[in-house]
Amino acid sequence: MSEPSVNEAKPSQVPPPARKARGAIHVTRNRCKGCGFCIAFCPPKVLEFSEEFSEQGYHFPRLKNPDGCTGCDLCGLYCPDFAIYGVMQKYGKKQ
Amino acid sequence: MSEEQMIAGTPEGGAECLPPNPVEGFLRSERMPHIWCPGCGIGTTVNCFARALLQSKLDLNKVAVVSGIGCTGRVAGYVNLDSFHTTHGRAIPFATGMKLANPDLTVVVYSGDGDLISIGGNHFIHAARRNVDLKIICINNFTYGMTGGQLAPTTPVTAISSTTPYGCYEQPFNLPNLAESAGAVYVARWTTYHVRQLTHSIGEALRKKGFSFIEIVSQCPTLYERRNKLGDGLDMMEYFKESSVVKHGAATKEAGIGFQGPITVGKFVDIERPTFLDLMDKQMTRTLDAHYTGSVVEDHVRG
Repeated sequence: MSEPSVNEAKPSQVPPPARKARGAIHVTRNRCKGCGFCIAFCPPKVLEFSEEFSEQGYHFPRLKNPDGCTGCDLCGLYCPDFAIYGVMQKYGKKQ
Repeated sequence: MSEEQMIAGTPEGGAECLPPNPVEGFLRSERMPHIWCPGCGIGTTVNCFARALLQSKLDLNKVAVVSGIGCTGRVAGYVNLDSFHTTHGRAIPFATGMKLANPDLTVVVYSGDGDLISIGGNHFIHAARRNVDLKIICINNFTYGMTGGQLAPTTPVTAISSTTPYGCYEQPFNLPNLAESAGAVYVARWTTYHVRQLTHSIGEALRKKGFSFIEIVSQCPTLYERRNKLGDGLDMMEYFKESSVVKHGAATKEAGIGFQGPITVGKFVDIERPTFLDLMDKQMTRTLDAHYTGSVVEDHVRG
């Protein structure tokens, strides 16, 4: 498992707060096995491991920067456990 | 269900605001979470297959998945389609029978390298030779995962497995070359890192008529990577990302995989050739003329 990159986001990389989130993710905690593919391959790098544990004892992903999510659903495509997927907010449906 | 789920990015939204997981209808949700190890790539390939199937707009009542034995063989039990979990290595014979008995079906054989190429190797080459209209998805994780990481016919030279503790010294199969030589009409190879390309390729194979073969190079963190000290699933994904070379139309003879060497990926073969059923109809019509009333088996099934 790769190391959780909790505090790696530099202030310059954080988009301005006025920016509206373009996408959202949905996580089914009890399916996640903490492989970290979604976090490693997220194009805008907005995911991180949560500090909480799921019932199975894994750290599941969460958004560290909700406004940066574009809803591209690449996390959903990579997830081997069908635990996460993204949606585009603008259209209210999967890309 | 809502207690198990977490919505992020929608502070004011609830679970109702988001549509369900696009592949949820494709899965047998009551069997989740599945048995595959953390970091295993098989789930990713199923995800890609599900999305390709949904994008293809095929009637899911006319799609069947056939699996053999092994880690990948569990796919048949997790997809919400008509599925067969067959005996070891015999996925292709079962699938051939299904296709010939009911030519309307789209039959997908979803199995691993140990099942399809090792014990089922004979069936594989002969189905390719006959050009039976099957879609073969072969997950190549370089080892026998379910039985304890023994040497597989795809294990690269010098790799360590439980039956070759001093390193493998056998020449492994080059699967795209094997499939092309045996007569497959569509041959592609991707890794679990190339999810978009893989989804596109599976979609192409589903539309293709004839023996289509897709090799998916996958990681096995529990056995292959642990024994070879290659890290976890994510480390292998990084290796796939850095060492893959996309070469569409590359000569399959050059597409062998060495231990932690470069992996040639892409669509290698896309040709047209009459299928087994086409040739049978043609030959029977030529011989029996008016006595032959088309595909007899098909009419019998339709009643």
